[in-house]
Amino acid sequence: MTDAAIALTPPRRRARDRGARLRLWGYGLLGLLLLAVGWELYKAMGPADGVVIGDARVLPRTSDLAMPHVWEMATRLLEPVTRAEGARPLWLEIVLAAALTLGIAAAGWVVGVVVGIALALIMQRWHLAESAMLPWIVLSQTVPLIAFAPLVRSWGSRIEIGAFEWQDWMSVAVIASYLAFFPVAVGALRGLQAPDAIHLELLRTYSVGWWATLRSVRLPAAVPYLLPALRLAAANAVVGAIVAEVSTGLQGGIGRLIIQYAGQASGDPAKAWAPIAGAVALGLIAAGSVAILGLIFRNYRRAEATQ
Amino acid sequence: MIPTSTSTPPSAATAVSARGVDKTFSTKQGEVVALSGIDLDVAPGEFVSLIGPSGCGKSTLLRLIADLDSPSAGTVEVFGTSAHQARIDQRYGIAFQQAGLLPWRTVAGNIALPLELHGMAPAERTARVDELVALVGLGDFAQKFPDQLSGGMQQRVAIARALAEKPALLLMDEPFGALDEMTREYMQTELLRIAAETGAAVVFVTHSIPEAVYLSDRVVVMSPRPGRIADIVPMRLGRAADRADDLREDGAFFEMITAVREALHGAPVTGPRGVETR
Repeated sequence: MTDAAIALTPPRRRARDRGARLRLWGYGLLGLLLLAVGWELYKAMGPADGVVIGDARVLPRTSDLAMPHVWEMATRLLEPVTRAEGARPLWLEIVLAAALTLGIAAAGWVVGVVVGIALALIMQRWHLAESAMLPWIVLSQTVPLIAFAPLVRSWGSRIEIGAFEWQDWMSVAVIASYLAFFPVAVGALRGLQAPDAIHLELLRTYSVGWWATLRSVRLPAAVPYLLPALRLAAANAVVGAIVAEVSTGLQGGIGRLIIQYAGQASGDPAKAWAPIAGAVALGLIAAGSVAILGLIFRNYRRAEATQ
Repeated sequence: MIPTSTSTPPSAATAVSARGVDKTFSTKQGEVVALSGIDLDVAPGEFVSLIGPSGCGKSTLLRLIADLDSPSAGTVEVFGTSAHQARIDQRYGIAFQQAGLLPWRTVAGNIALPLELHGMAPAERTARVDELVALVGLGDFAQKFPDQLSGGMQQRVAIARALAEKPALLLMDEPFGALDEMTREYMQTELLRIAAETGAAVVFVTHSIPEAVYLSDRVVVMSPRPGRIADIVPMRLGRAADRADDLREDGAFFEMITAVREALHGAPVTGPRGVETR
């Protein structure tokens, strides 16, 4: 945001914005608190064997094994991972694993965004391409990740170009990008098609070509559509990275920890929930980082506010 | 100036020249004739209004001159070249009923748009934008965004943008149609001043008789189904450039309004019908 734009915003509105933002955070925290209270209430009052309809258990058992107390899960975070000498505290282990996964997801996000925008540009430029490609793009998302994650890994392991050697984490990033590109391609296409007819006509009277129209009208007009798509892509990239870590067996990431700690749940039930909480936080951080882009491109969202 | 035989070719002596222009649109209900047998000349520096009821094809004619549509038959020439070539050569500036400003650009940024797209150097561009902002009286608003401006101000920005490349022809499609009466009259006087200062010919589409009379050297009265020119009424009100607000209360002004109304309705009329007479 430019200084001029800040200066033009009436101070009262700025204060109201800040108030609204605080209230949003408040609601977020309240939601978290309600979740914890609900968890504990069910644990205290729910039937010990859970709720079973037919053969399906629709609500879990309330035992300490299935549903540890909220405070147990919280305090478990502060304790060491294992009883071994010099073991790191659990929270640190989670943070380190989450950081690795975040890095891979970020790489996947970047690849997905580049591919998604490129596809959208091609589809906007040639209507035929849109009819030909869009159904496949939608269909691509119905392929189960778990099915092709091992494939990507085995293809990747055969790639060796000069000094470049395919790393296992790259397979994970590719799979993350597979989930991330979809909302970007669809959102960017809608955005590129969004400009008012009057703006396109104006550019026509200037007799400028497709590139100039793209730069001066289509891309700016696409920003309001692109920002939510980028946020969705970030959340998708995190999910994709975690699932891919599990199915390709990549060590060190949060996906691996989820599986590993779940295996230890019978002896240490609270520990299994820590990487799950970490994964949730990871998704929030990834989506939240994209919100910063929204601030940078604030002026391109003016149309939303006025119309 | 000494006239010589090697000066401008005869065809370039007119700003706009339409000859035998037809325009039909194909719709699901079949062919619709929007314009039929249009012949029209606009001289350089002349202010010509197109007026008529909805569906008379006045906007379509403007779009043909702007090469946003092409005629089904006949020719449209702008300064002696085809309308298409005139668009490529940027011989006209255009303003629509909506201002059509880019919401993410400031006032200055919007006015600079055509200059930027056509590669004018930044320093030169800044100077030209400053000039235009002053011309339309928006000096204090250059760094504001369109959503911070009133409708009249936005329309003034659109006019400045249309004038950015000093076109000798200005095409305007009901540019003041969405404005309130007070703003509208003010904008009309401003437009006359700007047109006089720039010496541009103007083709102005409107559905308001007083607006057409107040602004124009000639009023082209059109009738619908099929759209054609019913009459061309010259305004005997002195040079458009010298007109001021007090003309609106002048007897000659009302005579001209009556003349246009009669041309619109095809006969002397007693009461208001069809077309706005405010």
